[in-house]
Amino acid sequence: MTRDTKRSLTLLSPTLVLLLLALTLPILMLIVLSFWTQVGMNLTPGFTLENYETFFDRRIFPVLLQRSIENSAMVAVLTVLLAYPAAYFIAFRVQKRKILWLILITLPFWTSYLLRIFAWKVILGYNGVINSGFISIGLIEEPLTFLLNNRGAVVITLAHAWAAFAILPIYVSLEKIDRSLLEAAADLGESPLWSFLRVTLPLSLPGVIASALLVFIPTVGDYVAPNLVGGTNGLMIGNLVQTQFGRGNNWPLGAAISIISMIAITGVVCVFLLLVHQMKKKLA
Amino acid sequence: MKSAARKVPFSALGVYTVIYLAFLYIPALFLPLFSFNDAIYIAFPIKGFTLKWYEEMAQNAAMLAALESSVKLGVVVSIVSTILGTMAAKAFTRYSIPYSRSLQVFIALPLVFPLIILGVALLVVFSQINLPLSMFTIGVSHVVICMPFSMLVMISRLEGFDKGLEEAAQDLGETPWMTFWRVTFPIALPGIVASLLLCFTISFDEFLLAFFLSGDEPTLPVYIWSQLRFPTKLPNVLALGSCILLLSVVIVVLAEWFRRIGVSPSVEETEKQ
Repeated sequence: MTRDTKRSLTLLSPTLVLLLLALTLPILMLIVLSFWTQVGMNLTPGFTLENYETFFDRRIFPVLLQRSIENSAMVAVLTVLLAYPAAYFIAFRVQKRKILWLILITLPFWTSYLLRIFAWKVILGYNGVINSGFISIGLIEEPLTFLLNNRGAVVITLAHAWAAFAILPIYVSLEKIDRSLLEAAADLGESPLWSFLRVTLPLSLPGVIASALLVFIPTVGDYVAPNLVGGTNGLMIGNLVQTQFGRGNNWPLGAAISIISMIAITGVVCVFLLLVHQMKKKLA
Repeated sequence: MKSAARKVPFSALGVYTVIYLAFLYIPALFLPLFSFNDAIYIAFPIKGFTLKWYEEMAQNAAMLAALESSVKLGVVVSIVSTILGTMAAKAFTRYSIPYSRSLQVFIALPLVFPLIILGVALLVVFSQINLPLSMFTIGVSHVVICMPFSMLVMISRLEGFDKGLEEAAQDLGETPWMTFWRVTFPIALPGIVASLLLCFTISFDEFLLAFFLSGDEPTLPVYIWSQLRFPTKLPNVLALGSCILLLSVVIVVLAEWFRRIGVSPSVEETEKQ
């Protein structure tokens, strides 16, 4: 081992030890626990597939998982679609003070997550801003009830709460594009739309993929938005996990649900990356 | 290109971006608006201007205790995370490490890990080793999620850092410790400050992990969560939320400012163009 390697490992070791103890070990422990059983308050070590069977037997559990994945996929698509034009504008059209624009866009992201989600409950609620506003100007007589407590509300709320996560990677990938490539395309007589589709878009794809994943993965397990604005129709897998570790008090079942969710999320991500890879091959 | 862009400074794209900004800001701005409203229920029309929710908030002992806990937690978490993140960043930028890419991915993993699963996994471990839930258990989980942010900030700060400078200092007879203190540290300082502020903000705002891992002492987000169910408690929460909003804005602007100080001339040049 060279001296440099030794030094670098010394520098890295506290971080690696922490991650092994507080990330790897807990996940392994969760996997082990998912094969145990619980009677009352007592956990019984052992090896049973009971919890996994329960998950698939209760039809609502897989449905909730599927719904969470669909919701998060919609959130990811929506955030990327909404963020791309804004990122494009800052990268290519703004000449001065790009940083100012970026700070402006990311600022709301750094305010309380809970309150950002809660703000949507305030906006969409039965006595909320939209309803009370519309009633006070005489546009409607009865509050609209379809605004809150459904999947649409969860998707909009999450897309808003995670917007800044999407815009930064897209912006960085657009900013990296060599401007002379675009000039070359223009010189060769490509129309702006074609040079966007054939040069800019493919080159910014890494940023788009990073954004989509940065939004998709964490939101699948989101607990706050479904709880505050989702109602019973908007519940997601995070609520189910929380229930098992809370009121339901069935930790092994909760562990099994977590593990299944993790596998499902990883599976979706792999399929997504594979599709992107295939698409790139076709374009090239 | 440049002249073409100059001709239409506010094209359809510009208009879109402004609307997008409005979409990002308007929901957050309802909080301060209603925090000054003289009514318990959050609804239009606005009844009148009042500061009583702010006065009530200032006298709410439970809320202030939660605020204090969160500030203490944020300070400790940001310091620990920044130390770890800086060490890791230095290892990656200064030395060539075998499997450097995989190691970086592993350390950055918490960035894309569903928090709820991390939360319950840690809960299981803590309960198995009979460690009572407390600020400490929340702190551990927060360091796990903050440290990758710190590492990324520090890598971007230290990348391109001329290691010749350190070698020159050592050739001139400085001890390794003095070299760090007099050469590396000043160069890394803006990154360190940015990292401290970012980690503080993340920890201060984090709800899900704290929700699973807190003992009898709630952090501010956990306290806010407990209040959201009671309509009469809401105006207080709105007042507090508005204060946090203002404070976050100040912190983020400071962090950004520190991160950019002399970071790379090329960035400033492109700005000037």
